[in-house]
Amino acid sequence: MSLLDYFKTTKPNSAKVAKERLQILVAHERNARNQPSYLPALQQELLKVIQKYIKVDLDAISVNFDSDDEQETLELNIVLPDHTDS
Amino acid sequence: MARIIVVTSGKGGVGKTTTSAAIAMGLAKKGHKTAVIDFDVGLRNLDLILGCERRVVYDFVNVINNEATLNQALIKDKRCNQLYILPASQTRDKDALTKEGVGKVLEELSKTFKYVVCDSPAGIERGANLAMYFADDAFVVTNPEVSSVRDSDRMLGNLSSKSKRAELGEEPIKEYLLLSRYDPKRVKLGAMLSVEDVQDILSLHLLGVIPESQSVLSASNAGEPIILDENSDAGQAYLDIVDRYLGEDKPHRFIDEAKKGLFGRLFRS
Repeated sequence: MSLLDYFKTTKPNSAKVAKERLQILVAHERNARNQPSYLPALQQELLKVIQKYIKVDLDAISVNFDSDDEQETLELNIVLPDHTDS
Repeated sequence: MARIIVVTSGKGGVGKTTTSAAIAMGLAKKGHKTAVIDFDVGLRNLDLILGCERRVVYDFVNVINNEATLNQALIKDKRCNQLYILPASQTRDKDALTKEGVGKVLEELSKTFKYVVCDSPAGIERGANLAMYFADDAFVVTNPEVSSVRDSDRMLGNLSSKSKRAELGEEPIKEYLLLSRYDPKRVKLGAMLSVEDVQDILSLHLLGVIPESQSVLSASNAGEPIILDENSDAGQAYLDIVDRYLGEDKPHRFIDEAKKGLFGRLFRS
């Protein structure tokens, strides 16, 4: 390993980190922009209904909206707790 | 019919006003009658950058409220007779701008001007939204820095959903990337996002790279748009940008570090 390589490997490439962080963030935010604005409210209301019957918290419910040229999909996912005391 | 250009970024301090002043002066010097409007109501600064701050009598809000005519409010530049400035009001807030009012002023300007440059305020509030609402072209000024790139992407979302062209389902606003405060030396060291990095993320047509330059501060100190300093790197970058916008095919400059000659290496740091 030459002396030059030694300097190269020790240099932190912060631009690379910045690019990776941005790519993830921007993709996420673009996705969120294309979602209908009623999603958070829908999620809250669904939670209230489900909580009437089962003890779950907000992160147990995910509401995802996907769209392509063909169709739009609304996906609802509820993770039930291990032991339900009904 | 005038072509309406919005200079936007989302984030503050990236060089919107510097860019607005430069490209408006550049277009005017090419012989195109150009108006440049300051949309930053309450925080007007375009007048300072263009060196006409002592000649402001009436402003944009006065025209919207029919307190002055457009001709009374427009300031004719002393260096170039094809350039006119419409200053923002300093005493009002951004709610003084209305969609109807702005639309009326732009329509009137369109009758006699070739280009209208709208200098957007930072943020995503009313002033910024109205600056881009009527635009045909958008110059997105971005610094090679995470927060600026993110905010630019947010503005791109607004341009494609909240503009008049978007609402009417017309041909979308043409979006261009202006990457400013670029430092090739730091990019080479891996300490700054490169042009390619920013383009990968924003997928925008690159209109030009403006290098980080001390001459920009000197120009604003003097109230002379940087494009008039033809010896400076930033001034030349804006000259190229105007040429490219007008359809000239010019190779990009200022992306790689300038090679220093023997003298440069001996006598400079």
